[in-house]
Order: sequence, then structure tokens, then C-alpha cells
Amino acid sequence: MKLVTAIIKPFKLDDAREALSEIGVQGITVTEVKGFGRQKGHTELYRGAEYVVDFLPKVKIEVAISDDLLDQTLEAITKAANTGKIGDGKIFVSDLLQVIRIRTGETGEAAV
Amino acid sequence: MENQIFELQYAMDTFYFLVCGALVMWMAAGFSMLEAGLVRSKNTTEILTKNIALYGIACTMYLVCGYAIMYGGTYFLSGIAGGDDLVATALASKAEEGFNGGAVYSDASDFFFQVVFVATAMSIVSGAVAERMKLWAFLAFAVVMTGVIYPMEGSWTWGGNAVFGLYTLGDLGFVDFAGSGIVHLAGASAALAGVILLGARKGKYGADGSTRAIPGANLPLATLGTFILWMGWFGFNGGSVLKLADVGSANAVAVVFLNTNAAAAGGLLAAMVTARLLFGKADLTMILNGALAGLVAITAEPSTPTALQATLFGAIGGVLVVFSILALDKIKIDDPVGAISVHGTCGLFGLLLVPITNSNSTFFGQIVGAATIFVWVFGASFIMWMVLKAVMGLRVTAEEEDQGVDIAECGLEAYPEFTK
Repeated sequence: MKLVTAIIKPFKLDDAREALSEIGVQGITVTEVKGFGRQKGHTELYRGAEYVVDFLPKVKIEVAISDDLLDQTLEAITKAANTGKIGDGKIFVSDLLQVIRIRTGETGEAAV
Repeated sequence: MENQIFELQYAMDTFYFLVCGALVMWMAAGFSMLEAGLVRSKNTTEILTKNIALYGIACTMYLVCGYAIMYGGTYFLSGIAGGDDLVATALASKAEEGFNGGAVYSDASDFFFQVVFVATAMSIVSGAVAERMKLWAFLAFAVVMTGVIYPMEGSWTWGGNAVFGLYTLGDLGFVDFAGSGIVHLAGASAALAGVILLGARKGKYGADGSTRAIPGANLPLATLGTFILWMGWFGFNGGSVLKLADVGSANAVAVVFLNTNAAAAGGLLAAMVTARLLFGKADLTMILNGALAGLVAITAEPSTPTALQATLFGAIGGVLVVFSILALDKIKIDDPVGAISVHGTCGLFGLLLVPITNSNSTFFGQIVGAATIFVWVFGASFIMWMVLKAVMGLRVTAEEEDQGVDIAECGLEAYPEFTK
């Protein structure tokens, strides 16, 4: 089992969610986050004084999947979140040791 | 029949006065929202506490002694309700004034209309000292400001008394219709004295002299506050005609409403264009200040300019306020909401505009009046702030400022999370 964590542009969230549903992903967790990468921040203006916003808003998606879905998942997110411009984000993949569905007590692949 | 018409006119003018007073009271809400929008969220509860508490203090202190000092009435307003001979007294003064003469209205309505002006003057101070002043030092100052400092200058202007028995402003040709100087410049002078002794917010100015932006937390609230102030201003200026119930007065009221509105529109448009030219963006908070600058500029005389003149006067105020805000930042006078620029700079400007359209006033009289108000209010406030600084301190600690004065002074966050 794998945990896929993707940081993407907020306005691409709906596209990513739809793409993941299409390939059969059963659930995702979404968090509003802030951070910086190569895009760095940008400057804003308040009452004539400029200030730098170091951390830009992004959305973090977490998806737990079985191993056989990994390639499709990565492709779905990459395709859906791609704008070709700087700041599109990154995807991290890590091994998942155990999954438990709290309601039924199911574990492993059955609980994903 | 004639007496009944007089009674009806008395009733109408009293009613008009009361409704306008209620509109001005609503300006307290406008100031609260504007200031709450322009401070950071960690200082929201405290600025709201200040705003509502100062309103209570202003109403109480003006009742206790302010109204008596300003207009020579009685302390604690005793007898203001009128005795058994009220109708006879009112009819006698109406007969003396005649139908088209000066306004005759209930004394209680006069107090109500005046007291909300005091609260307005004090509201101006709260925004300028926001985010770093101790709550109780501010409230202690409010007691003196609304009980003595404002009523003293009010007695020399609207009250018609000589300044310490030396000279009378009215004789010199001083005219301030609804209070560009008496209310707005006065409030800004008290604020300036406080800000000088208080110092800038931590992090506002860089070591190299640069100005750093400290963006306000909630621009929808700031915009709502500006609209509320704009609406309340119709009572502020419109009510200052003092009378509605004859054709001449009704017409004057209509012109005042029209000009007040036109000046605000001119002010915001001019500020918007100025900000766009200077910074390359339409700066909302400057636009909001521009609308208020236009309103303050027209307040000294909204009844004699033409509608076009009112728009232009407001527009000049709107340009002036942007440069004033930038200039104050240059000399490190930190005013989070722009109150000193809006009410001080444009209040002075408003006074100087009066002789252009009103032949009863003179530039000399306006300058002496403005100087009298500034020297007295700034001087008396400076001494009062100094006393408070020595006795209890004006400023919260650096740690409390960093944490936000909501927790330090009020023990309550405006937007609490993770509570149980």
C-alpha cells in the first residue's frame, strides 16, 4: 500500500478530485497549506507600502491506495494539476504500513 | 390655530433633531467596523472594547459636566426635561423667532444631538493609537477628553464664549458649520499627541527608515464601516442645519445632504486615482480614507457650495489625504487607520475652504480658529497623556504587543478556536 501526498495549486483541486474518482480512488483528504518552492513568494501593496508574501497558499491532497493503483494515481494527479507554469507543486510517494477502517475493524488492502 | 402651527413646527424640528442624532450615534458603529477591519485580528476585541466603552464614557461625561461647560447649562442636566410651563415657554420663544426664524426645539433633543458629536471626536483617537495602547490608559484619557477638553473648545466655538476671556472667535469671522475643526481637527489633535508619546507599532518602520506594511485583517468590515460613517454623516451635517420645518430650512437641509454626498464621492474617486498613479494599484484602504476625507472637508460648510464645488472640495480632500498618510509615515507618526490625516489634515483643509463660498467667514478667522482648537486640544491632551504615562504607562509590553492586545487587555480572542 502507498500513501500519495500531492501539493497542488488550489484552483486545480476539483480537477484532481474528479480524475481520482474516475480511476476508482475511494477517498482523499484535503488540507489548505502554505509553503514555498522555486516559485518563491510575491509582493503585495498596502497603503502605499509593499510587502513580501513568502508563503503561497497551496492544497495538500493525501490518498491511500493499493500498490496496483499507484501509476494511475500519479498520472491522474499529474495530468489534472498541470498548468505548465512555475508553482504547479509536487507529489510524494511513501510506503504505508497499515490501514484500519475504524467502523468495521478491517485492515490492510480491504480498508484502503 | 397659529399656536398649534408653532407647536407642530416645534415637534417636527425636535423630531428631525432626534433622528439626525440617532444617525450620528450610528457613526460609532462605523468607526468600530472601520478600525476593526484595519487592525490585525489579534487586536480586534480590544479595538471593539475601546469603541463601545468610549461611547459610554462620552455620553456619561458630557451629561455630568461637558454640556454644562460647553453651553452653560446645569450639571447632571437637571431641569432639561422642562417644567410644567414647557408649552408656554416654547410658544413664547416661537412667537419671538417667528415661523421662519431660528429653530426652537426640545432642550433634551439638543443635548442628545450634541452628545453624539463628542463620541465622534473621541472615536477618532481610538483608531490612531490602535494595536499598542493600554486599554485603561485610553479610557482614562476619554474621561478627560469628553468631560473637559472637547467641551472647552466647544464653548469657544459653538458655545460663543471668549477664549479664556481674550478674544471671541465668532467676531473674527470663524465659521464651522458641523465641525470640521471643532469635532474632527480636535479629535485628530488629541490623537496626534497620543501617538507622539506612544510611538510606532513594533515593526512598522525599518532601521533604514523604510515603511513596512501591516495589513488590516478584514477589508469587508473596513468598507462596511466607511459606508456606515457616510450614512451617519447625513445626520452629522444635515442635523447641523438645526431646523427642517419651513421651506427655507427644508431646502437648506436638502442642499446639505446633496453636498455631503457629493463631497464623499469626489473624495473617494480622487483618492483612488491618486493611489493608482502613485502605487500602480487601486488601493482600497486609501479609497475608504478618501471618502471620509471628502466628508470631513465639506463638514465645515456644506450649505453654501454648489454641488460641483462640493465634489471638487471633496476631491481635493481625497488627494490630500493620500499624501498626508505618506508624509506622516515619513516622519514615523504611526497611525494604523489614517485618522490623523483624514480628520486632522482634511479638517484643517475644510475650515480653510469656508470663506470661498461663505462671505460671513474670513481666512483670518478660520486660521485663528483652527490654531486655537489645535493648540488647546493638542496641548491639553499632551499633558494628559504625559500624566497617564507617568502614572500607569501608555503602552503594553513588547511581548503583549506581539501576542496581541486582545489576550493581554481583554483576555479574549475575537475569533477563538480550539476552545473547550
